[in-house]
Amino acid sequence: MKVLMTGNEAIAQGAYEAGVHFAAAYPGTPSTEILENIAPHKEIIAEWAPNEKVAVESAVGACYAGARTLTAMKHVGLNVAADPFFTMGYTGVNGGMVLISADDPGLHSSQNEQDNRYYAKMAKVAMLEPSNSQECKDMVLNAMEISEKYDVLVMIRMTTRLCHSKSVVETKERTEVPIRPYTKNMPKYNVSPANAKALHLVVEKKLTELEKFSNETDLNYIKWNDKKIGVISAGVAYQYAKEVFGDSASYLKLGFTFPLPMEKIRKFAEEVETLYVIEELEPFMEEQIKAAGINCIGKEKIPNTWELNPDIVKKSIFGIENATIDYDKTIAVGRPPTLCAGCPHRAFFYQLSKRKDTMITGDIGCYTLGGAPPLNAMDTCVCMGASVSMAHGAKKVFEKNNDKKRVVATIGDSTFFHSGMTSLLDVVFNKGNTITCILDNRITAMTGHQDNPGTGYTLQGDNTEIVEIEPIVKALGIKHIKTVNPLNQNDMKAALDWAYELNEPSVIISRYPCALKKYSKEDLGEFGPIKGYCYVDQNICIGCKKCVSTGCPAIVFDKSIKKSSINKEQCVGCELCLQVCPVKAINKVGE
Amino acid sequence: MKDTKNILLVGVGGQGTILVSKILSTGLMEAGYDVKMSEIHGMAQRGGSVSTQVRYGSEVSSPIIGIGEADILVSFETMETLRWLEFLKPDGVVVINDYKIPSAPILMGKVDYPEEIIELIESKSKTKVINAGEVAEKLGNTKVMNVVLLGALIKSMNLTDIDWEGVIKSQVKEQFAVINIKAFNEGMNAV
Repeated sequence: MKVLMTGNEAIAQGAYEAGVHFAAAYPGTPSTEILENIAPHKEIIAEWAPNEKVAVESAVGACYAGARTLTAMKHVGLNVAADPFFTMGYTGVNGGMVLISADDPGLHSSQNEQDNRYYAKMAKVAMLEPSNSQECKDMVLNAMEISEKYDVLVMIRMTTRLCHSKSVVETKERTEVPIRPYTKNMPKYNVSPANAKALHLVVEKKLTELEKFSNETDLNYIKWNDKKIGVISAGVAYQYAKEVFGDSASYLKLGFTFPLPMEKIRKFAEEVETLYVIEELEPFMEEQIKAAGINCIGKEKIPNTWELNPDIVKKSIFGIENATIDYDKTIAVGRPPTLCAGCPHRAFFYQLSKRKDTMITGDIGCYTLGGAPPLNAMDTCVCMGASVSMAHGAKKVFEKNNDKKRVVATIGDSTFFHSGMTSLLDVVFNKGNTITCILDNRITAMTGHQDNPGTGYTLQGDNTEIVEIEPIVKALGIKHIKTVNPLNQNDMKAALDWAYELNEPSVIISRYPCALKKYSKEDLGEFGPIKGYCYVDQNICIGCKKCVSTGCPAIVFDKSIKKSSINKEQCVGCELCLQVCPVKAINKVGE
Repeated sequence: MKDTKNILLVGVGGQGTILVSKILSTGLMEAGYDVKMSEIHGMAQRGGSVSTQVRYGSEVSSPIIGIGEADILVSFETMETLRWLEFLKPDGVVVINDYKIPSAPILMGKVDYPEEIIELIESKSKTKVINAGEVAEKLGNTKVMNVVLLGALIKSMNLTDIDWEGVIKSQVKEQFAVINIKAFNEGMNAV
C-alpha cells in the first residue's frame, strides 16, 4: 500500500515490518514520533524510559536477550546515552539492534547542532543515512540485517527535515523473526578490561569487513550522467543536490556512510572532472575522502553552519540566486514562541521574576520560555538536568566570594526524572544551599505530551505506579519541601519567601497540569476541571499593564484607549491576571 | 524536476496548517503525483510562526521550497504573509486570510500591528484576499477556517479535478466531514 509518511512514521513502520520486538526511547524533538508510532503495534514492547541512557541500556539488555531492538533519540540525547553506546561498539549484539540519532541542523528545537555522524566513527559503529521516507523504512530492515550478520550495533542518522517531511512509502506486512536464544557469554557481554582488550581487536576486524560491505552494497550506488561534475552526497543533502544539479551531474549516493566505501569513492572520483561533496553540517565525508588522497570540493564552498537547502547549495556552487519580490521584510513584527494562555509555569515565573539578587538556572522544556520577555526569569539553559547541579556550583562560589546572592534552580517534572535526581543528590551530599523548584505540570509537555514516571500511564497506555516527586526528594535527603499550586499567587509567594529565609537546601514543587493537557482521571480528581474565562471591566481598568506583564497571549493591550482586554477564545480561566490586577478590574465568568 | 509545483502554507502555531497540508498532499498523491511535504514541530508550535510546504510533480527531490520558488503562498494570518513573501516567485499568487493574530510584542503594547499589509502585498504580487474567519463563523465553527483556505488554494492552483470531498472525508472525523466540505466549497467560491 502507498502511504504518505514522515521519516519518523516510516522508521516506526520499518521497525514493525522488520519484526522488532523491543523499542525504548526518551522523547526529544525531532525524534519523538518514532516511538509514538511504534506504540500502537502490540507485537512490539514499546517504552518511554526516564532518559536516553536508560533507554539504550534497556535496549541493550533486550538485544543481549535475543530480541530485535530499536532505540531512538534526538542528537543531544546520544550525549546522555554515549556510555552504553560506546560499549555496544565493542560487544556487538545478539538480536539485531538499531539506534536512531535524529540530528537538528538549524536548531529548530535544540541547544546545538552537533553532527552525530562523528559518534558512529568514534564508537566504531556502522551507520546508515536515509534521504527520504521510503529509505527510512527500508533502512530499518537493512540495519537489522547488517547488525545480525556482522554482529554490530547500527546507527541510523536522521535529521529534522527527514523526520518531519512526508513522502510516499510502500508499506508491507510484518515478518516475524524468532527471538534468538540467550547464552551466557562473558568474553562478549562483560567488558571487564581483559575481555574489552580482546574485543577491541574484534571490533577492528569487523570494521574491515564492514568497509568491504560498504564498497559492495547497493545502499551506496552510482548514477551516471554527464561526467564533468560528480557529486557525492548522503541524507537529505542528496535531495538538495539533485534539486540543484538535476540530470546534469553524476552522483555517488551514499546510504551506508560508516565505514565509507573508499574504493567506490576513488573509482567515482577518477571518472569525473570536478568532484563535489555535498553534506549538511560538518565535513564528515569530505575529511575522510581528502585524507584518502582524493581531491574534492566541500566545505570551502558549502557552509557547515545551520540547515542546508537547495538555495544554499545553488548559491555556494554556482553563485546563482533566485529572483524574489523586493520589499521591506522588517515590517513583520517578530513572533517568538510564548508560554500558552493558562500555563502554570507563567504563574510560577511571575512570582520568581520579582526576586532581587538571584541567579536563576534553567533547564530544557517549555519552561525555558520563562527566560523570555516579559518574565525574564531565567539566567541559564545548558542541558537536561543541569539547572540543579549548576545552581549548586554557582552558590558555592558565591558563598566563597562572600556574595549573598540566592540561586534558584528551575526544572520540569520529566527533566527531574531524566537527570535532575542525581543533581539534587549532589546538593545534599555536598552541603549545598540552593532552592530547587520542580515545575510539575503532570506531563512531558514540550515534545507533545508524553507520559513519564509521574503520570501513571505507560507509552502503550497501561496503568502504572504514579511515582511522586515529594518522597523522592525526601529520600534524597532534602529536609525542607513544599508543594504549591502556582496559580494561587499568595501561596506561591509564601513558598518562595519561606525558601529564601532558609539556610539549607530546599525544594518547592509547583504542581499544576499543563494547560493543554488532556486530564487523566487522577488529574480530574486532584485538580478538577478549570471552567470559565476572565474578562476586563474597562470602566475600572487603569491601563497599568500589570496583567500584560504576565506575558499571557490572551491579554491584549489597546494603546489608543490604554485599556486591556482578554481574548475569551484563548483564555482558560487560570486567574493569574485576576490576581495581579491592582484595581480588581478583572473578573471571571462561566464557572 | 522542472514540472514541480510549490505550495507554501504559513500561519501561527495552532491554526491548522498541518491538517490542510495533509488533505492536500493525500489528494495529490491519490491523483498520481509524487508529493513531498515538510512541517515544523517543537518549540515553534508554542504560538510561533509556522510554515508547511507541499511540493508535487512527476518526481520531487527536495522536501523544502527555496526563496523565490513558491507558486502560491497561502497565509493563514495577515502579517505572516510579509515574513514569507520572499519565498514567492515574482509571478506567483498570494492568498491572504484577512485575519490578524497579534504576536507577543504587539500584545504587550510595545509595537503596533503593521498597517496596510494587504495593500502592500497587492502592490507587489497577484493577490487574493479572503476573510476565512468570517466564512467559518457563518458556517458555525471558526475552527474550519483552515479548510476554507484550502478551498481557495485548490481553486487558485486549478486542482479542482481531484475528488477533494472524498479526501476530506478520509482525513477528518466523521462528525466534522459535512462542515469541512461546506467550508471547502465556500473557500472555492470565495476566490
